[in-house]
Amino acid sequence: MTQSKDIPITPGLKAYIGREISRYHSQPIALSDIRKWAIAVYWPETPPRLYWDADYAKKTRFGGVIAPEDFNPFGWPVEKPKQMDFSDIYAELKKMGNSLNVLNGGGGAQFLTPMRPGDVITSVTIIDDIYYRQGTKWPMSFIIRKTTWTNQKDETVRISTNTQINY
Amino acid sequence: MSLDHTLYVEDVQEGQEIPTFQRQTDLMHWNRFAAVNDEFVQIHMDDEAAKKAGMTGAFGMGNLRYAYILNMLRAWAGINGDIRRLDVQHRAISYKHDVLTAKGKVTKKYAKDGKHFVDLDVEVTNQKNEKTTLGTATVEMPSKMAHAKAR
Amino acid sequence: MTLQQEIRVSDELKTWLGKEAARHTSPPVSEADIRKCAIAVYWPEMPPRLYWDADYAEKTRYGGIVAPEVFNPFAWSIGIVSGAFLPDPISPILQRAGKGLNWLNGGNRDEFHAPMRPGDVITSVTSLDDVHTRQGGRFPMLFFTKKYVWTNHRGELVKVSRQTSIGVLGTP
Repeated sequence: MTQSKDIPITPGLKAYIGREISRYHSQPIALSDIRKWAIAVYWPETPPRLYWDADYAKKTRFGGVIAPEDFNPFGWPVEKPKQMDFSDIYAELKKMGNSLNVLNGGGGAQFLTPMRPGDVITSVTIIDDIYYRQGTKWPMSFIIRKTTWTNQKDETVRISTNTQINY
Repeated sequence: MSLDHTLYVEDVQEGQEIPTFQRQTDLMHWNRFAAVNDEFVQIHMDDEAAKKAGMTGAFGMGNLRYAYILNMLRAWAGINGDIRRLDVQHRAISYKHDVLTAKGKVTKKYAKDGKHFVDLDVEVTNQKNEKTTLGTATVEMPSKMAHAKAR
Repeated sequence: MTLQQEIRVSDELKTWLGKEAARHTSPPVSEADIRKCAIAVYWPEMPPRLYWDADYAEKTRYGGIVAPEVFNPFAWSIGIVSGAFLPDPISPILQRAGKGLNWLNGGNRDEFHAPMRPGDVITSVTSLDDVHTRQGGRFPMLFFTKKYVWTNHRGELVKVSRQTSIGVLGTP
């Protein structure tokens, strides 16, 4: 999707919109992965049983342990997943006078299907949009990444977006 | 790192030094170990806490140096050796960016109850060659002769 | 009151010598737990396949993934503050006896028996193996050693670990 913002982007940048940046799979989610995540994010309180007590979780509407929404199944890979090289994008930004200072512009997520022990999650990230806006001090580029997670049953688990600002 | 080799007791000599295992550690290593060992201790994470305890800054946990000795022994012994014993004492602190080298030297080979063992002196030294950790270990390994008899 | 006088009055500690002080059962060990431990102790190198590649590990004499000897199955147990330091009733007594001391890791003496595997549930039994004081160098020191005996759910001995802590009055 191309949006018209203050400053038109170069054809070189436009060509990256819709491009896939990365695609990788998680290890099968272990019950212990979920338990540890829940302990960390609820520390120092005991986390809700839904995230670690299989007997309790079986009796809920979920039918078993599920992961908290912010759970990251990609932690601790043996090999770091590869992602697209951004040097050409940065070269295009530099052509537009950008100094490549970076800010995290924030993002959001929709949580669809819960993650469960045994799930293998596939993450696909694309460049959803690139635009250029005149800020109060400098022109700023916005690169919007959209990440879709699906499980082994092809159910959509999560859709998230993140904005990278360069100025 | 591959363990795909077999070290037979006949190929070990008393007095030999085994290949070392080396790391230059900082919070990147300590935090990862803290996470898997559930060992979150302020003096290993925070300079101020460590200074209050009389150190110059946050320092690495002895348990990680212990793990590096095990890594060294495992790499040397290969897939068919078993580390049976490790006794260590920690004598000095390892600070950020110290280069830690785990070393081992064979002191004795012997057989007991039909099994074959090798004893070693082990240590972890820093870049000033100070012993931060030292101790002894025992590795059980297969024998070529026993292997041949079994065939 | 000197340190040695403090310990002498603590007959309470002596009654714990050799006695079972605590028993803990781990959550079932997962392949993920083993993989993460291996990544951490080999960082930044890739760890040996024995610890994370099930297809590879199946063809070894172990018949499957096993954990590195340093693996702690009690890490991140619900209701335990730190899996590296399992709670027991001796600790508060030692803390009182060693009030004001700086504590150092005095080392380990460990025996490794059956390897830990995915699915294993490990039981640890804690006892007080030794406690004594020593006038070392400039400062008095308090030494205590706890013994941990680990067995798996098949009743096999997994590990016997003796861990020593040293309390030092003043800067070590």
